[in-house]
Amino acid sequence: MEKREFVCIGCPLGCAISVDLDGEQIRAITGNTCPRGADYVTKEIRDPRRIVTSLVRVAQGELPVVSVKTAGDIPKGKIRECIRVLKKIEVQAPVQMGDVVAADICGTGVDVIATRSVEKE
Amino acid sequence: MRDIIVIGAGVTGCAIARELARYDWNVTVLERASDVCEGTSKANSGIVHAGYDARPGTLKAKLNVAGNAMMEQLSKELDFPFRRNGSLVLCFAKEDRPALEKLYARGIENGVKKLRILEQEELRALEPNISDHVVAALYAPTAGIVCPFGLTIALAENAAVNGVEFRLNTKVREIVRTENGYRVITDQGDFESRIVINAAGVYADRFHNMVSRNKIQITPRKGEYCLMDKKVGDYVHSTLFQLPTAHGKGVLVTPTVHGNLLVGPTAVAVEDAEETKTTAEGLSDLLTRAALSVRNLPAKQIITSFAGLRATEAGGDFRIGPVEDAPGFFDAAGIESPGLTCAPAIGKYVVDQILAYLPAALKTDFVAERKGIPNMALADAKERQELIRRNPLYANVVCRCELVTEGEIVDAIHRPLGATTLDGVKRRTRAGMGRCQAGFCSPKTVEILARELGLDPAQITKNDPGSTLLTGAVKDGIED
Amino acid sequence: MKKDLVIIGGGPAGLAAGIAAKQAGIDDLLILERDGRLGGILNQCIHNGFGLHTFHEELTGPEYAGRYIEKAKELGIAYRLNTMVIDLGMDADGRTKLVTAMNREEGLFTIEAGAVILAMGCRERSRGALNIPGYRPAGIYSAGTAQCYVNMEGRMPGKEVVILGSGDIGLIMARRMTLEGAKVKLVAELMPYSGGLKRNIVQCLDDFGIPLKLSHTVVDIKGKKRVEAVTVAQVDEHLKPIPGTEEEIVCDTLLLSCGLIPENELSGALGVAMNPVTNGPLVNESLETDHAGVFACGNVLHVHDLVDYVSGEATEAGERAAAFLRGELSQTDKETLVKAGAGVRYTVPSRIAVDRMKATQVVRFRVGNVYRDAAVEVWFGDKRVNSRKKKVLAPGEMEQIILKKADLEAAGDLSEITISINEQA
Repeated sequence: MEKREFVCIGCPLGCAISVDLDGEQIRAITGNTCPRGADYVTKEIRDPRRIVTSLVRVAQGELPVVSVKTAGDIPKGKIRECIRVLKKIEVQAPVQMGDVVAADICGTGVDVIATRSVEKE
Repeated sequence: MRDIIVIGAGVTGCAIARELARYDWNVTVLERASDVCEGTSKANSGIVHAGYDARPGTLKAKLNVAGNAMMEQLSKELDFPFRRNGSLVLCFAKEDRPALEKLYARGIENGVKKLRILEQEELRALEPNISDHVVAALYAPTAGIVCPFGLTIALAENAAVNGVEFRLNTKVREIVRTENGYRVITDQGDFESRIVINAAGVYADRFHNMVSRNKIQITPRKGEYCLMDKKVGDYVHSTLFQLPTAHGKGVLVTPTVHGNLLVGPTAVAVEDAEETKTTAEGLSDLLTRAALSVRNLPAKQIITSFAGLRATEAGGDFRIGPVEDAPGFFDAAGIESPGLTCAPAIGKYVVDQILAYLPAALKTDFVAERKGIPNMALADAKERQELIRRNPLYANVVCRCELVTEGEIVDAIHRPLGATTLDGVKRRTRAGMGRCQAGFCSPKTVEILARELGLDPAQITKNDPGSTLLTGAVKDGIED
Repeated sequence: MKKDLVIIGGGPAGLAAGIAAKQAGIDDLLILERDGRLGGILNQCIHNGFGLHTFHEELTGPEYAGRYIEKAKELGIAYRLNTMVIDLGMDADGRTKLVTAMNREEGLFTIEAGAVILAMGCRERSRGALNIPGYRPAGIYSAGTAQCYVNMEGRMPGKEVVILGSGDIGLIMARRMTLEGAKVKLVAELMPYSGGLKRNIVQCLDDFGIPLKLSHTVVDIKGKKRVEAVTVAQVDEHLKPIPGTEEEIVCDTLLLSCGLIPENELSGALGVAMNPVTNGPLVNESLETDHAGVFACGNVLHVHDLVDYVSGEATEAGERAAAFLRGELSQTDKETLVKAGAGVRYTVPSRIAVDRMKATQVVRFRVGNVYRDAAVEVWFGDKRVNSRKKKVLAPGEMEQIILKKADLEAAGDLSEITISINEQA
């Protein structure tokens, strides 16, 4: 039996939640005040996902970088790989907010899009 | 072969250089830092002392009164901020009254004008925020406040314009006697000179001892300060000293010439001549002691704190003049307080001695006047309009706290001995000196510095080489 | 130049205020922005988490700002960029506000304005104001300055980082620096609790294994040219460092995220009455300062934790400024004071004129400590009229209560309302 500790992010209460794990199986969830706490830790154990925000280099832009995000959440375990891919990308100005900078990042099916417009220098 | 090498571009070295520049000597100033005014001169009280402190007959006493008398004219000639705000030495107990009177008598003997002892009523009318415990004070209307950077930079620029060569980032390693004078060996090559003037502040003993058998010792004494917001810059109007007692020398509370409130300094002997760190104990001690002088010291308004080192020589007086067993080697050593006040007088004093050793003629083309960088913050509406008409960059505010514009920063960079670092810009324009302490303006200032100097922003430093501000591009640290 | 309404600041507050005023029929308005683009600090807040309340989706800062910028442009709202307001005063008539500004194109100019909305935002508390001892080398940045270098210029202010302060900006920067290749070694927090959102602690620190030390502060900075190390120590209940707990951490960068201060230099120039707790102006129910026709909203009024609340507050300010310009905001001396009672640090507004009140009035406030299972109480004079139990109240979370005009009217001549926290409830 493995025990994992979480802090629920659902509300300011920030419940410290303990989960008893038997392999993949969740045996017990304790410490949560409401059902949202249980849902949260279940998701964090089964399939934790995050939106990733970062930067991509821009050639001939008014700014040297453009801010980007994953258009949806991606598996938490893919964050580093996603950043490594973004390191290699350079886009050409002008960039429009919403432009796809990298399609299907790391095979997640999620695109990385620009979150601002960058005009030509 | 040079005629004269000055070691050190602090206020003393720069004041000497500016006086040397009047004569047809070939002069080079060697400075280990990346800018002038980087040592003791940058972190002190900025006070132009009246001259009652020093023992009569000492060089300190003589040069203080003389320097004070020169400051006003010099501030007009060289366009740096100076104001005679007057000073008060506060006496906190009736039994200390004789000590106050002794100080008065000493001032009179030193030739300080307009000295008076103020009683309660007059004192409180002059300084309403003064502490209830003050019983009397020595008032010196001739005391003033000056911008230490403004003074030093003005002297240096004017010297440079009049032909003095400044070698920055040049560290003196060794001084060797030669047939005709000295070889000054630095990390940037050797310099031959007939005369060497040692104005090296806390390192002056090191250079003196390289050429003389009569060793001297300089002890760096650290002083910590707190600077407060301009909101409380008029909390006091005069510079408030505390009458030295058995408990110590006391600390001062003063407005600065730029309108902040300054308290300090502590006085702690340190071994390391680079130990310009502030300490929790020092700052707390400072505030406790400053609170004796005024009611409700506005300690919440502190915007920054800093520490400086003063070069104290064992003899207690300045050591200025030829070194007996080293012909052509002149000291300007042990220049602690009131060194800033004395600097203009030290310049004259040293040059008179040099003339006796190596006569020279006055230059006919010496330009005594120097105009500073335009100051949008202080300009009136009409002057602002005119500046902007001349150059629209004066309308682009970079430092919002101190109202410093891109025009002023560009000026600071392109002047003789112009700014090459963030601190250089700060000391010439006040960009980053305000209440946000460069939070907003530093990225912009770095960008302007890089653009104007033709460098990459990553090459711009805070001050000396190695004080890098930026360490690379984003994702440099991500493995491929 | 004459304008009905001048808005000082083109960040989230200024934009929302401008849009609301325009939609309320004020056409002759101008937004003055000191930066080169609209959007204010949101431009450099490239992380997600903005707009959940306003747009019911998670946007990044530039996207959130973008929605408002687009709307402002669509409505044809006039604005000036790279324009710094350097003075704010009142004409001899006692009504016309004089806004003096400058920019490269127009030089120095003064606008005669019927109403002004203050929306200048805030700045960060600096190292000096925190009185952190040590050397003063390169490598000490406020978190926002670092955020500007990284997110706007693509440059790294350091490689090995310690962050002091666990407010949201500090937490966000811990993740941003990590994702851009730096090593964040520690986040130290003076208080026994974090001022940041739980979500940020989990997703910005825990996700990357960055330790958070509560009740810790930086007591020394080493390095003469560039930061070489900082010394961190535990603090006691009086927030004083405990001797013997010092730990030296090798790093080249110290980021400070230790609080925000409203930028009220212009309000000061006008002589607006200020709240010493918020460092923002004292305002009434219409977000109007003690100077008629001068309104304040956003972080210049009090520091918010969510931009959505800024937008809401600014919308209100814009509408109220429009009402003022239409002559609908009657002048009245009859005001009820809103007081911060036990456990409450401040309230916005701090006074309410019942006859100018809308049907409901939001009163925002912050508590001074962390409370669990305490009640937020509303008192009309010495009569408790409402008590609402809250599982948790924390200084980092802005709270609000809603007052009903009908209740205030029913209470008759009410001189003061107090909001307080009852721990025994």
